[in-house]
Amino acid sequence: MSESEAAPLPELDPAQTIEVIVGFIRSQLAQAGFGRLVVGLSGGVDSATAAFLAARAVDADDLLAVLMPYRTSAPESEADAQLVVDALRCRAERVDITPMVEPMLELIGPEDDSTLRVRRGNVMARQRMIVLYDRSAAFDALVLGTSNKTEALLGYGTLYGDMAAALQPIGDLYKSQLRSVATELGVPERIVAKPPSADLWAGQTDEGELGASYEDLDRVLFALVDRRWTLDRCVAAGLDRSLVEWVARRVARTEFKRQLAPVAKISLRTPGIDHLYPRRRPGSRREG
Amino acid sequence: MRYVVALAQLAPRLGEVDANLELAAGWLRRAVGEGAQLTVLPELALTGYLLSDLVPEVAMRADDPRLAELSRLAPGMLVAVGFVEETDDHRFANSAALLRDGEVIGLHRKVYLPTYGLFDEGRFTRPGDRIRTAEVGAPLGRIGLSVCEDFWHASLPMLQAQDGATLLVNLAAGPARAPGSAAGLRAIAGWHRMQDTYALLGTVGVAFCNRVGNEEGLTFWGGSRLLGADGSVLAEGPLYEEALVVGTLETDDLRMQRYQLPLLADERLELVRRELDRVIAERAGLEPPGDEA
Repeated sequence: MSESEAAPLPELDPAQTIEVIVGFIRSQLAQAGFGRLVVGLSGGVDSATAAFLAARAVDADDLLAVLMPYRTSAPESEADAQLVVDALRCRAERVDITPMVEPMLELIGPEDDSTLRVRRGNVMARQRMIVLYDRSAAFDALVLGTSNKTEALLGYGTLYGDMAAALQPIGDLYKSQLRSVATELGVPERIVAKPPSADLWAGQTDEGELGASYEDLDRVLFALVDRRWTLDRCVAAGLDRSLVEWVARRVARTEFKRQLAPVAKISLRTPGIDHLYPRRRPGSRREG
Repeated sequence: MRYVVALAQLAPRLGEVDANLELAAGWLRRAVGEGAQLTVLPELALTGYLLSDLVPEVAMRADDPRLAELSRLAPGMLVAVGFVEETDDHRFANSAALLRDGEVIGLHRKVYLPTYGLFDEGRFTRPGDRIRTAEVGAPLGRIGLSVCEDFWHASLPMLQAQDGATLLVNLAAGPARAPGSAAGLRAIAGWHRMQDTYALLGTVGVAFCNRVGNEEGLTFWGGSRLLGADGSVLAEGPLYEEALVVGTLETDDLRMQRYQLPLLADERLELVRRELDRVIAERAGLEPPGDEA
């Protein structure tokens, strides 16, 4: 049996998945009392897919795409983001984050110090969050998340940065599943095909940084998380033992990134522990 | 006799009882227009599903005048509706009421509360402890009500069939998983197989009304179905979309269906009970009953 048969990628029906996600976005807006969405466009397939899904849930006029380049961002990234805007004919704004982040980056240290890269990247991701939330207040909209399941499980994202959003439409889609959804939605092929990158520094690619291909990572995650296989079973199915071990450790180590911070229990009733409500309920819908 | 059943595959609003009563009223009026004699609304149709601590805020008694009023909108019609029930001694249950002309003629409290995986029902509601059927008069005779997960335990619908039900009515709020993929299709096929099997083994009709819409991250899949007592599919609703699914039972067929396939009559209830008593005793580490002598 080949590796792909023994430890397969999760299959997915793009058309039904899109129908479910569009329904989810509409219902989140309705329950919150909003009619508009803001999404940050990086030029990558995740944010392009989120934007295409949003454009099926609301009118193009009610979708604001924000392009937020930094001075070292690859020009192709912005060009690809513009492709999405042109295809959707949605509203768009360009906000250069360079002058906003430079004073903070100077505090962190020199640009050529590679040990400081992650801290610098976090500042950029969080500055983009600040811009998106400000634009959402100005545009009267909810911030649409663009995180996928692979990066959420690996904790490959910045807490309160790119992970911050009001709703996560593609948060249960593995990276390798996302491409078929993107294609079905009509996301430009150039965006679907290019190597994923956070574009936080020159030459950065996700797969280079993570040390494995998304396809391999998704096979491991699907086996460990969705099918709850043991390490030995993963290995017996042909998955690389050191990769499986690394992924399992990484999922455990980044659990905190997927949950709200714990509250020290003092009172009789504590939010998140025994004060449990759906996010949206009578009285929580914003009026007007 | 032709008996028209309407399955109101709607999307309730979470926690908004007044809005849902209005919504339900609209669907009942449509069902009246379709000539329905029985209309089934989904599980927790008056409250929404993911309630958590909203349970005491949306609960109503089974004799709540709002329920009676709702059923009076459709004179003579049987109406099955899901709601959060608060009993006299303040137990909170996920209940289905069967109403006609303002009277509660049947009540079922969900017996099996799923509390695993994505479900957390046992955290917020208490299980029912009765499995009964309701006498509704000719031509159906008796109806067996159940709520969603109850159907995943074959003993419950089979008991209701033995108790005289000619129609099993299941009110559901089933969330979709892996939509459209083989795993997702298998989950829906599981529901279908189970319904087909109950119809066949119980020689009993099945009316399954599953809600649609979204709550938090969940999407409810719909796909409501009406089956005849021979397992034939008389009506089937779409996935994910609101729909009034209408079908017609031919109640005169039941007599010959049960003559030809007398499974219910052949059931060895005494034997089943004896063996059940033995299994229960053995699992509890007790002497099997009847062995004391």
